[in-house]
Amino acid sequence: MYQDEELVFSCPQVVADRPTHYCPGCHHGVAHRLVGELLEEMGLVEKTIMVTAIGCSVFLYNYLLVDAVEAPHGRAPAVATGVKRAKPDKFVFTYQGDGDLASIGMAEIMHCANRGERVSVVFVNNTVYGMTGGQMAPTTLIGQKTTTCPGGRCAEREGMPIKMAEIIASLGGSAYVARTALNNVKNINKTKKCLRKAFEVQTSGLGFGFVEVLSACPTNWKMSAIKANERIANEMIPYFPLGVFKDATADVTGEAAGKGEEGK
Amino acid sequence: MASGDKLFLKGNEAIARGALAAGCQCFFGYPITPQNDIPEYLSKALPDRGGAFVQAESEVAAANMLLGATACGVRAMTSSSSPGISLKQEAISYMAGSELPAIIVNMNRGGPGLGDIGPSQGDYFQSTRGGGHGDYRLLVLAPATCQEAYDLTRESFDLAFQYRNPVMILGDAILGQMKEPVLTAPDRPADPAEARDWSLDGAVGRGPRLLKSLFLQDGALADQNRMLQAKYEAMRAEVRWECFETEDAELVVCAYGTIARIAKSAIRKLRKKGLKVGLFRPITLYPFPSEALAKLVKPGRKFLTVEQNLGQMVEDVRLSLCGLATSEFFSIYPGNLPVPDDFDEPIARALGL
Repeated sequence: MYQDEELVFSCPQVVADRPTHYCPGCHHGVAHRLVGELLEEMGLVEKTIMVTAIGCSVFLYNYLLVDAVEAPHGRAPAVATGVKRAKPDKFVFTYQGDGDLASIGMAEIMHCANRGERVSVVFVNNTVYGMTGGQMAPTTLIGQKTTTCPGGRCAEREGMPIKMAEIIASLGGSAYVARTALNNVKNINKTKKCLRKAFEVQTSGLGFGFVEVLSACPTNWKMSAIKANERIANEMIPYFPLGVFKDATADVTGEAAGKGEEGK
Repeated sequence: MASGDKLFLKGNEAIARGALAAGCQCFFGYPITPQNDIPEYLSKALPDRGGAFVQAESEVAAANMLLGATACGVRAMTSSSSPGISLKQEAISYMAGSELPAIIVNMNRGGPGLGDIGPSQGDYFQSTRGGGHGDYRLLVLAPATCQEAYDLTRESFDLAFQYRNPVMILGDAILGQMKEPVLTAPDRPADPAEARDWSLDGAVGRGPRLLKSLFLQDGALADQNRMLQAKYEAMRAEVRWECFETEDAELVVCAYGTIARIAKSAIRKLRKKGLKVGLFRPITLYPFPSEALAKLVKPGRKFLTVEQNLGQMVEDVRLSLCGLATSEFFSIYPGNLPVPDDFDEPIARALGL
């Protein structure tokens, strides 16, 4: 290295140095890196027990080098509850997609949040079932075509897309709830800040932390990575507003809470 | 509680106390009759001892909480009754696939469907054949008395950790709701090192550990199943049974759990009348005591299987007899409470009287 060179970016040690199985333009890799960076920066790597879910991110344990247990589809919050109750001094988080968390796992996520379990949840919302090949998810947008709503999602037939951050924020046990996106650098940096908060409410014993991360699935959206990022800004964020919906660490009054005023 | 106390306990409470004596630290439950005394008792007793009790939002969640706790190498248990056990099968399959030492109590009630809340042995197949998806087995213990419920529950945790496999305690509504004197045993706190080679506690000074049941690489799932089958074969060492008055018996009644106990009363009565009847009672339903049963085959000796279902264990009895003998079957219908006199007629018929 030349004397005047400065290292401005490196991959966290806790993130495995191996190619991932994710498609080009997928945001899982970015989300994994953010989680890995925070585990290192917050000194949590050796305290972590990670609960992986079902979907593309089931292989998270191949990429984040921490102790891990694999949960059945949708049950990660229940498994995390068991882990945390058995080992209250460990740092416990789940990483779940929208089919896993907002459909089959709706009961588990809501009750885990409502009990105020001291765990953190990374919720990756890309409006589609990725691993099974692009079926309709509970978060699929109105008009969005998938393999099981080939004519586009229709509110009369399939109902409206579910807004999980708003639901989780309404529950008594949640201490920090935010929705962010990974479509540009500014939003990626914001996502990291929000994830840090969601982890901190666990380590400080305040309660349940939840970050919904709007993410791209170019393969199943059948568009380029660039177009997918634009879709997040133009279609997802207008329906799923970004922002902090609950923050027990702050004096949450008026505009700070429940407002989705943050930019695209 | 001092050890060696003789207490007058319901079967359900005996199971809860047996778990505490074994060092159970976490319990995850959901209300369902006829097992509610177990979570009710532990909801106070466990927190008092520094353990964790969670009433889950469903049986599905309770079983998955159990998965999480046992992944940490902690002694943990759930209990339910038949419809609730059906819901737990998802997690039970995952726990078997991930080799987690969980204790699952089933106080069997009548089915199918909502059935009733009375006694039944209708879950024999579900308990001994795995119950959920995939090729797996639980070690299944079937107590017949409150004392045995206490003792076997206390011991079940050791077995679960020894084999890294879920263990099921299969009782029924009779056992759960009847009261008997139970001699308690000393508390045996769990060996803190019993799970140190595989449990999750944060990767300190070692590489990360992973507990999973997904094996996608070529041949990996075959290897996993081969290993599991070898373990189930090794579990045969735990086979247990009771023989009662079988030495000179012309007829051996095969029955398990509380039905075996009622059969025993009938056999005592019939012995006084000069009938040569004995009892073979499997205590482990999986592994089934096949060899011990086959050794009872003698020329002219007859077998009669009595179950409170429409004929489930009788299949294992007939397989064990290997064609050297066969077994008649008598069904006590689920939900009914049998008395010893109910056995007179089927026993007489099987003896050809």
